[in-house]
Amino acid sequence: MNTLKKILGFVWLLLGPVVIYFLVQGAITHIDPKGTKDINNPVIWIIIITIFTPIAIGLMIFGYYAVKGEYSHLPENSQEL
Amino acid sequence: MNQTTAAPANVIRQVIIASSVGTMIEWYDFYIFGMLAKTISTQFFPEGNATAALLSTLAIFAAGFIVRPFGALVFGRLGDMIGRKYTFLLTLILMGGSTFLIGLVPSYKSIGMAAPLLVLLLRLIQGLALGGEYGGAATYVAEYSPANKRGYYTSWIQTTATLGLFVALGVIMLVKLNMTDEQFNAPWGGWRYPFWVSIFLVIVSIYIRMKMDESPIFTKLKKEGKTSSNPLKESFRNKANFKMVLLALFGAVMGQGVVWYTGQFYAQSFLETKCAIEFEQSRTIMLWAIAFATPFFLFFGWLSDRIGRKWIMLTGMLLGVLLYRPIFSTFLKDTNVKEWEANNPTMVKQDRKATVHENSYIIQVAAHYETASGEKYTRVTTDTLSQADGPIQSGSVSNKPATYTNKHVSKGTYMWFIFLVWIMIVLVTMVYGPIAAFLVEMFPTKIRYTSMSLPYHIGNGVFGGLVPFIGLLLTTSIPGDPLVGLWYPIGIAALCFIIGSIYLRNKIDQDVTD
Repeated sequence: MNTLKKILGFVWLLLGPVVIYFLVQGAITHIDPKGTKDINNPVIWIIIITIFTPIAIGLMIFGYYAVKGEYSHLPENSQEL
Repeated sequence: MNQTTAAPANVIRQVIIASSVGTMIEWYDFYIFGMLAKTISTQFFPEGNATAALLSTLAIFAAGFIVRPFGALVFGRLGDMIGRKYTFLLTLILMGGSTFLIGLVPSYKSIGMAAPLLVLLLRLIQGLALGGEYGGAATYVAEYSPANKRGYYTSWIQTTATLGLFVALGVIMLVKLNMTDEQFNAPWGGWRYPFWVSIFLVIVSIYIRMKMDESPIFTKLKKEGKTSSNPLKESFRNKANFKMVLLALFGAVMGQGVVWYTGQFYAQSFLETKCAIEFEQSRTIMLWAIAFATPFFLFFGWLSDRIGRKWIMLTGMLLGVLLYRPIFSTFLKDTNVKEWEANNPTMVKQDRKATVHENSYIIQVAAHYETASGEKYTRVTTDTLSQADGPIQSGSVSNKPATYTNKHVSKGTYMWFIFLVWIMIVLVTMVYGPIAAFLVEMFPTKIRYTSMSLPYHIGNGVFGGLVPFIGLLLTTSIPGDPLVGLWYPIGIAALCFIIGSIYLRNKIDQDVTD
């Protein structure tokens, strides 16, 4: 199981940049000053990209920790935190 | 407090009531703004004004996505430093006060741009307060609970989000059914009543909470001088704790957020907009389903004390992944008017409306139909005719493409839809019922409020809150499939299920005093 945790860590590590790419790509495709839908609104995209970029980076850090074996053992009590 | 010894039953009952009532009111306050967004827009954010439109967008999106997690950090820090009781008392006052004041802000017509600015400010305070409330309430109850009942006792807190939605739906429907649309939507009309109601609920809740003592575990920690001096640093810059914050977010809360949002909000929106079911039926379908499903929060909280939290939450996510498309597909199929039309419906009434627009007429014909099996619907056709074409001829729009509105499903379908929504809300109870105990057990007392609040509000507010937006994004990109929007919650729930299954463990922490 620990090997699987480490291998999947690479997937989470790569998923972060993929999410950011699709968000930026989505913004470029759909922002339209003449549009009336939410997805045409640049302000919403700015909010979403601003909030999602740190989350995607968090996913990469999660992947990095998984690759390094940090999740092979979870803390048993608060002394380990 | 010894975690194996229960506090007296009356104390625990008071703790649960004090925490749950307040948290439910906070959810109620947060929801009514979203549910009345259309009316609020016309009162405070008029169309055609770019600045007002910007403020409207910020009020709707920033409050949920940015301010809620920020509130989690601000009040989480406060709760870990000065205590749970006073922090979640403060969030309640902020939430109740700002909700009541939204109901008092004069319209854009009366005070101009000051109106949307004030509403935005109050809405942001609402988001901030909600971000701080949940972690406090869950921590407070958990720190009073014995280990073998922690899941059950904290599941009372978990009922509050759904009960808040239930009360918000009920209050708005009650007000709306007792007046005309004009009275409801007037500048000082019925839409303001749900905001004013909040102040009475909040006063009662503040009174109850004022009488409560601080959490015994936090009091002990404070007496020993072991509280954290910098909870943010200890939560997020300490690698051992930060990796648990990430695990909580990606292995549990992210999936919980999308299941929670899809089962309650997306379902309601889908029934109203995609299926075009009339207001009263769509709302009562939700109300009945919520009423029948709510006890399951307690059941799954109780069950999690016996078999662990992990697999209950992950099973809820997996069932969501498997059932969402069949359920929503059934909604579409059973409200398809083409099938109703095959049963020779009877036209009971027809309204024709012609409006003159520059050199043309806009003609709208609304024909109301009923079928033998009890379905009703309105077929609306619209056409534009040039005035040069002469007088409007009867039946001139009959061949134009029609839209179908105000669909009223038969009794059997109505009960069937309640059952389907009920299934989705039971999935919500599976992922949400045990999660407070699960989060509490992940983090140490001195930084618990901070550490659990942030992943919770990112998962619930950001991942869950994005369900309609990403749904719209997918529908626009792939217009052929009306269910394409479901791939977002399905994808996130599946990802969370995989991460949770592999990385989480199913151990119940017996001692949360450390």
